[in-house]
Amino acid sequence: MNSATIIPLFVIIPLAAAFLISLVGKFIKRSSETIIFISSLALLSFSLYARFLLNSSAGKIMIYKIGGWTPPFGICMVLDGLSCFMLITVNLIAFFVAVYSLPYMEQYTDKPKFFTLFSLMVCGMNGLIITGDLFNLFVFLEIASIASYALVAFGTEAEELEASFKYAIMGSVASTFIFIGIAFLYSFTSTLNMADMARVLSNKQNEWVIPFVGVLFLMGFGLKSALVPFHAWLPDAHPSAPASISAMLSGVLIKTLGIYSLIRIFFNIIGATQGYLTVLMFLGAISMIVGVVLALSQWDLKRLLAYHSISQIGYVILGIGLGTPLGILGGLFHLFNHSVFKSLLFLNSGAVDYATGTRDLKETGGLGKLMPVTAKTNLVASMSIAGIPPFNGFFSKAIIIIACLQKGNFGYAICAVIGSILTLASFMKVQKFAFLGEIKDKFKNIKEAPFAMLFSMVCLAIICIFGGLLLIPSLRFFLDDAVAVILKGTGYAGVVLEAAAK
Amino acid sequence: MINNPETGMTLIVKTITRLTVGLILLFGIYIILHGHLSPGGGFAGGVIVALSFVHLMLAFGKDVAVSRVSKNLASNLESIGAMMFLLVALLGFLRGSFFLNILAKGSPFNLFSAGTIPLSNIAIGIKVGVGLFAIFLALVVLERSK
Repeated sequence: MNSATIIPLFVIIPLAAAFLISLVGKFIKRSSETIIFISSLALLSFSLYARFLLNSSAGKIMIYKIGGWTPPFGICMVLDGLSCFMLITVNLIAFFVAVYSLPYMEQYTDKPKFFTLFSLMVCGMNGLIITGDLFNLFVFLEIASIASYALVAFGTEAEELEASFKYAIMGSVASTFIFIGIAFLYSFTSTLNMADMARVLSNKQNEWVIPFVGVLFLMGFGLKSALVPFHAWLPDAHPSAPASISAMLSGVLIKTLGIYSLIRIFFNIIGATQGYLTVLMFLGAISMIVGVVLALSQWDLKRLLAYHSISQIGYVILGIGLGTPLGILGGLFHLFNHSVFKSLLFLNSGAVDYATGTRDLKETGGLGKLMPVTAKTNLVASMSIAGIPPFNGFFSKAIIIIACLQKGNFGYAICAVIGSILTLASFMKVQKFAFLGEIKDKFKNIKEAPFAMLFSMVCLAIICIFGGLLLIPSLRFFLDDAVAVILKGTGYAGVVLEAAAK
Repeated sequence: MINNPETGMTLIVKTITRLTVGLILLFGIYIILHGHLSPGGGFAGGVIVALSFVHLMLAFGKDVAVSRVSKNLASNLESIGAMMFLLVALLGFLRGSFFLNILAKGSPFNLFSAGTIPLSNIAIGIKVGVGLFAIFLALVVLERSK
């Protein structure tokens, strides 16, 4: 047993938890809550421990050969800086969302089914992040997507079913594009191992396969991550889900399924040329502006947050599309920060919904006095997303803007600033209409949310406040290793194959 | 229930179904068990097993099929199938690796060969068989109001 044995656990634990819950959850009282708490806590601690192991491993990469087969023949799992960064992000949010769901999901029937689907979604995301095989990536992507279609429809009201149907159709179209892309790559390279594929592609001359496959992947993963021309499903799907699932969907699912896969395939397998980067930057800038402009006029709290997800995803894609070390650092850091504060905002909206039964900003008001913790955590998250200095959102946005200026893209820098100002405006509206002002008579008797929900929100708010500390030199390895993997580009092939041969 | 002329299709269909449904089930099991030797395997065999129950439902009506495999049994068996597959994969840890084939491989083309592969096929067969049947049950859950 070497230290790499930890890698398959990220798939085994949620998968076992999912089916154990569906098996015993109905018969033993409180068993589903216990299992989900233990499994998500275990996943969080294992992902932090994996980061520790990665630091001590040679070359900062760990390979696990499934069934003892060496790549490129067998499937391997790869844990490098980028995977580890994503794993910690996903499992951190998943843990707090699971804790939050314990009391929150009392409103719905059939908790065991909810936690089964939740675990499967986490399993899909973890699997997608650690796999080193392109087809395996597709399989895990489908596990996570299909679980999320079912979760969006969990309330089974007309509106939720419609949103879920729309989401399922758009998601399936995206999966089809991705699948066709993988099929083309497979027929061209005769291998599915990502590292081996990158090696073959860099040695083989081609004129049309790569641009064609690139467009397919851009459409597929663009749909999954809701970049602007492909964003229509997101504002329906994310608000319809239960709040804890909205937090997962907006917080980590679109980033794992969309952005991580996009980065992995474009940078590490195909090799990003300036053409792709220009397209990415352009899509990012459009998403940034369009998302926030659409958000301004929303009165449904969760729909407003969903539009902001589109806008913030734009920042991440813009940062990564710059292609400079600083830009990628900013993009990834914003990805992490956005996971934290957007989950927090959705959890807040869930708490408001839990207490008052509405999320229409025209009806709420003055909740700050009766729900002090929710109001304060929401203030922290709002200031983070708007990029007010001491909070984490400021640092990542500032890095992205500086990186734009450094590369000479003044237009994009101005777009980022405008997007940030409009975000601030839109969240001032949330503060004014939800938490400040006079309380309405019918809400005089509402109570603050239960302890477990407050615990999750307060912890996430603390991460928002101290998130900027990830930039200090002794903690920067967390981001720097991820950036190094992206900057290595198709050099990924050599690193993985060399580590696998050992 | 099974002899009720009110539900299901005509006598001709019912008679033919009675004759063939066992054979279809048997063929599904054959495909599952020979998954490591011939084309097919857990998934294909599981689909055929599910089809035999769907066939029963089409010919005799929903109640007859549900009396054979209830909704609870289907959902529990599905979870058990998934757990079995995971357990087979975890067995590999006994010799040090996830999904490692630790059982004796035997000689090729014998029924008892290929180590853990037939076990995985059986697990997949259970999961897919009852899973598809459960999906079909979910689709016919709505009825015309009387």
